[in-house]
Amino acid sequence: MAIWIEEDAKILVQGITGKQGTFHATKSVEFGANVVGGVTPGKGGQMADLGIIQVPVWGTMSEAISATDADASVIYVPPRFAGAAIIEAADAFKSVKGNGVIVCITEGIPTLDMVKATAHVRGIEGVRLIGPNCPGIITPSETGGAKIGIMPGSIHAKGRIGVVSKSGTLTYEAVAQTMSIDEGQSTCVGIGGDPVNGTGFIDCLSAFEADEQTAAVVMIGEIGGTAEEEAAAWVAENMSKPVVGFVAGMTAPPGKRMGHAGAIIAGGKGTASEKVAAMESAGIRCANDPSEIGAVLLKALQDAGLR
Amino acid sequence: MNIHEYQGKSLFRGAGLPVVAGVHCTSVEQALSAYDDLASKIVAVKSQIHAGGRGKGILYDPESGAEVMQGGVKIAFNRDDVETYATNLLGNKLVTKQTGEVGKIVNNLYIESGCAIAHEYYLAILVDREEKMPLIMASTEGGMDIEEVAESTPEAIHKIYVDINVGVTDEQANGLASSLGLDGSASDSFVTMIQGLFSFFAEKDCAMVEINPLVRTDDDEMVLLDAKVSFDENALFRHPDIVELRDLSEEEATEIRAKEAGLSYVKLDGNIGCLVNGAGLAMATMDVIKLYGGEPANFLDVGGGADEQQVETAFSIIMEDPNVKGILVNIFGGIMRCDIIARGVIAATEALGLEDPLVVRLVGTNFEEGRAILAASGLNIHTAETLAEGAEKIVSLIGGGQ
Repeated sequence: MAIWIEEDAKILVQGITGKQGTFHATKSVEFGANVVGGVTPGKGGQMADLGIIQVPVWGTMSEAISATDADASVIYVPPRFAGAAIIEAADAFKSVKGNGVIVCITEGIPTLDMVKATAHVRGIEGVRLIGPNCPGIITPSETGGAKIGIMPGSIHAKGRIGVVSKSGTLTYEAVAQTMSIDEGQSTCVGIGGDPVNGTGFIDCLSAFEADEQTAAVVMIGEIGGTAEEEAAAWVAENMSKPVVGFVAGMTAPPGKRMGHAGAIIAGGKGTASEKVAAMESAGIRCANDPSEIGAVLLKALQDAGLR
Repeated sequence: MNIHEYQGKSLFRGAGLPVVAGVHCTSVEQALSAYDDLASKIVAVKSQIHAGGRGKGILYDPESGAEVMQGGVKIAFNRDDVETYATNLLGNKLVTKQTGEVGKIVNNLYIESGCAIAHEYYLAILVDREEKMPLIMASTEGGMDIEEVAESTPEAIHKIYVDINVGVTDEQANGLASSLGLDGSASDSFVTMIQGLFSFFAEKDCAMVEINPLVRTDDDEMVLLDAKVSFDENALFRHPDIVELRDLSEEEATEIRAKEAGLSYVKLDGNIGCLVNGAGLAMATMDVIKLYGGEPANFLDVGGGADEQQVETAFSIIMEDPNVKGILVNIFGGIMRCDIIARGVIAATEALGLEDPLVVRLVGTNFEEGRAILAASGLNIHTAETLAEGAEKIVSLIGGGQ
């Protein structure tokens, strides 16, 4: 098992004929992901060339899911259309098969569009939204795996560490750190750096807790909001597996947005030191430096009798 | 994106929201003629800068540094007062709790008619990240610093969450009015105002609307006496009218240039420049520099798909900062290939004549090729395998911490 996405999950690409969609779908296929087709409004009936394979394009998500029984969709459409793409995918998964995972990579979606989209998805049981503004989700297998997003596939290997992160490249650091102590990953989830997103830390932690393949979790946070603090409180109450962490932005000045729309210390809230304090008091060991995540994880695994 | 109070009030007026008459001025003469036109015995002379805490701020002469006047918002009781205050505000530097020591030069004034205040309230609308819904916060403690109220008497802040697809219901609006102790015509006035203000927030894609103070007049009318309005940058594409209100003189010139080049840059006070891909890793790079005794000079995220040209622009932006004594490049190649970064680094150091120490850490896609390109360049570029090693090297190369 892994969480939410099986190794051979059937994947649709929304915006497959766009530059980003074609490029990243091709990379996913090269890695071994099971991309079954895509959607671009007005381009139904065409074939999309993904290098080693060609896949059909539909005009709507309903048609695409009906034809392929897809498990997940990944969204590469431009920001102004992304909110509507999420809502279309959610409705289509609900009406055609009753469940599905929507992964939105797009950065720069208006916040109120995300307020509407997340409210819509929240009302549909069985449909999950990951992102937006995230690297995606990957479940590595022995031969590749389900790479749904823009992460470099080659750095991953199948294993027992769950990874959840607000950041993109910092997730790759965390993955590299697990590899440095000879541990692979069960599933890696980028929840994204926007103020309003779908899946949060607690959703991921609770799924990792329930997942048999996962033995421990690496959680990467950053300044802004209080999601890390809430996750820490949840871990203290509910989590039996070791969790280690890192929080970026110790040196970030207040009131300045640090690249991600959600990475801002506002009104004195959302500082890295508060987050680390909350996580450590919940038993989550935090590295001061991403280069130490491997060592901290190794110690946690040893203390739990897992190494 | 922030706008000035006078611009916010003009938008409010256009949306039928209750504001008192006022005039935007950029000279003392305009301020005096505004006073004559408003025909209000008492007026407020308000400095217009993109920062809060104006009332308690202090004005300084930007040349000599001498203190000119206390308070960036003044009540004028006659024409002479208007002349004195306008003279003392315009062209001088206003330092408030939010501007920091550098302060902001006052180039704009707002002259506003007086109104008979019975009570001051606090009101704000923003998006609550945790609930993923718009949130209205209101308090009877107007005029005060809301963070202090939140700290000392959190029970005094009333909150309602609003369904974006529905807006503020009559029940919610009446309930909030009653929580604030309003009744009769004051309550009716509040209900109409809050429903209108929320519609404005949603239609214009605001990031935040803060009214401090919202006032009840002696006639039991609610009036928006302040207007601190900011907009969601991501939604500006659908609001060309709002984009026109942008005052670039209020924003950091280098940050604007970086944004135009597709880079995300924030200037800091240290002496080690950083060039990183990804916002989280860029923050972590700053943190690790500090951990090894150095001080980061900036946050700079070149994004996921930067090309050679963007890397060169990034270098030139970092090197514009005279405090920079060394640069750390930290790239985890995903979408971005390390060989492209390596070529960009070489082109930039040659074009810009970089003499400061440079440490480059490349990992991920095509990292071997990237490292080989750097090694073959013959330039004085230090390399590192991990972020910690990179930070340690650059700190030691510039001669330790500050």
